[in-house]
Amino acid sequence: MYLVEEATQLADKVFQMWIHAPQVARHARAGQFLILRIDETGERIPITISAVKGDSVRVIFMTIGKTTEHLSTLKKGDALRDVVGPLGKPSEIRKYGTVVVIGGGVGVASTPIIAREAKEAGNHVIGIIGARNKDLLLLEDEMKEICDELFITTDDGSKGIHGFASTVLEQLLKERELGCVWIIGPAIMMKVTSGVTKPYGVKTFVSLNPIMVDGTGMCGSCRVTVGGETKFACVDGPEFDAHQVDFGGLMQRQRMYVDEEKEALEHFHHPHGGCGCCGGEH
Amino acid sequence: MTDVSEHVTDFNEVNKGLSEENAVLEALRCMNCVRPSCVKGCPVCIDIPAFVEKVANRDFAGAVGVVKENNMLPAICGRVCPQETQCEGSCILARKEKPVSIGALERFVADWEREHGVKTPEVAAPTGKKVAVVGSGPAGLTAAAELARMGHSVTVFESLHAAGGVLMYGIPNFRLPKEIVQAEIEQVKALGVEIKLNHLVGRSVSTEELLAYDAVFLGTGAGLPYFMGIEGENLCGVYSANEFLTRVNLMHANCFPGFDTPVKRGAKVVVAGGGNVAMDAARVARRLGAEVTLVYRRREEDLPARAVEVTNAQAEGVNFVCCANPVQVLGEKTVSGVECVRMEMCELDASGRPKPSCIEGSNFVLEADVFIEAIGQGPNPLLVSMLPALTRERRGNVIVDEDGQTTIARVYAAGDVATGAATVIWAMGSAKKAAAAIDRMLRAE
Repeated sequence: MYLVEEATQLADKVFQMWIHAPQVARHARAGQFLILRIDETGERIPITISAVKGDSVRVIFMTIGKTTEHLSTLKKGDALRDVVGPLGKPSEIRKYGTVVVIGGGVGVASTPIIAREAKEAGNHVIGIIGARNKDLLLLEDEMKEICDELFITTDDGSKGIHGFASTVLEQLLKERELGCVWIIGPAIMMKVTSGVTKPYGVKTFVSLNPIMVDGTGMCGSCRVTVGGETKFACVDGPEFDAHQVDFGGLMQRQRMYVDEEKEALEHFHHPHGGCGCCGGEH
Repeated sequence: MTDVSEHVTDFNEVNKGLSEENAVLEALRCMNCVRPSCVKGCPVCIDIPAFVEKVANRDFAGAVGVVKENNMLPAICGRVCPQETQCEGSCILARKEKPVSIGALERFVADWEREHGVKTPEVAAPTGKKVAVVGSGPAGLTAAAELARMGHSVTVFESLHAAGGVLMYGIPNFRLPKEIVQAEIEQVKALGVEIKLNHLVGRSVSTEELLAYDAVFLGTGAGLPYFMGIEGENLCGVYSANEFLTRVNLMHANCFPGFDTPVKRGAKVVVAGGGNVAMDAARVARRLGAEVTLVYRRREEDLPARAVEVTNAQAEGVNFVCCANPVQVLGEKTVSGVECVRMEMCELDASGRPKPSCIEGSNFVLEADVFIEAIGQGPNPLLVSMLPALTRERRGNVIVDEDGQTTIARVYAAGDVATGAATVIWAMGSAKKAAAAIDRMLRAE
């Protein structure tokens, strides 16, 4: 069992959890993820490791389905049945010069650990974190502390720059010599944003989040096409050269279980299939 | 044996096993040969005549003791070993009538013990040596049990949340009930073996930490699924057999939404392949309610699966299309069909089987909403690729000598990671040899 040491809500539908998982914490590097299973009937879900402190790791997640909803109900002192990690290859961090670390929405969760390692490797680190509005913005203070420069964008202009990370990135590409860019967020945001760096030929990494089962290279559920080749995001990634990724294929496979996800969520709220005989709690 | 067709809606074990009376009657058929050929046919060298004789004398506890001297997983082997090509295939009676049902007897004594109280075999005095075993499948469990009995301190690392490897994620419940796998693993643990779940060696345990043990046994198996590389393979509804079986066997997707992991059940499922894994996938798909067609590129008589698995699959209504091969998966976003081509058999290849080749223009389409590829697995590359001093074959198998010694001192490998995808019992046989070699090495120091 893996103890939940802290569980807090960061924004609407976004939660942060510190989990005691020594074997994960001891080896975790930027860019890696873990797989957790809440209980005996649970599914295995991958989540990026957002921070490490002693024997504990932090994950940040948005409630989008049954498992994340269930996870959000856990409190300090509860326990997870299984946690395995760190999984995947660490980010390719070395001295590039100036690097930009971009996070969109809940993808911001992955940015501090990358920014910190990039900083430690001697890079000038620029952060760009974005959200739909100011209330959904995550980890501002943490990123401010790590990064040499931090830009904030909101879709509605309620904080920072009114617009998308791609707008800021475009400007930076025009004005500066950039060594490397990381983009982490929803698939569509990574696709659009990485399109901006392509004409400049700047090395750009995206962190892919396809559906996984074992997370150790045994099932092929997470296969993605990168540079025309089939890769397993769990062991070959999760970070890949953004300009080689088939985002269309990724997004199509991400939607494979949309109907089942709805059914599972319904079952979670109404365990008898929403038949109306479960005491009217919901 | 019960009628298999009645089981097509559930995941209960199909073969019900022998009754006590029938076990004794079957054991009495044994000729107790002076030079028993059955033992030579057993990869783990069980003293078969001795245990069968004890069954004939109704000394079931004695019988299981004899089996466990050489095999700590008898309830598993009694169920999944291809006895027809091993002990039973070598039985003297096989030439005249039918061989003694050694597999069924092995299973009987193991099941009898589980019901009547398990006796843990003796363990040698502690040697103070520490051995790391990577993987808790058939090879890892066997090596761990052997080494623990020899007095070594054994830690098994398993990346999944359950021990057993392919016995848990690969082989379906109706062939090998999971509570039986776990019961035999409990017996291995009773020997003092520590199993660390959720530990992926190479990630959660560094290679430096691994190599700090007095000896290392790699039993990481052949879990890397091969894909055919045909168009449409990434459509929603296309699975590797590994994924399809893992979702159901390990994650219980057949009980969705009671269990959280979903699987596409499909109305019409096409399975590509002809081995035991293909049969398992096809039979699982049948139980999930689909019409199932299995496509195999050679002839029916060339099917590499055990005959009994083919028979069961046919009895359960799996439709076989032999001499055909998928060339494209059709569909927009999800699978709508599988385009296949007829194959003709040409000259014999190195394996003694006819080489199949496409008949041009013979393409046909099988309607399908789920397509499962069961065309084989390669060795798990993760850990072995992190040990650069480990020499591997072109396909990735770790090269070992006859003792299982790899090209790194103190590191041994056995099972599918060394031999390539094979059977549970071959993995166990090679693991036993490697464990003996590890013991010799540790004692020589």
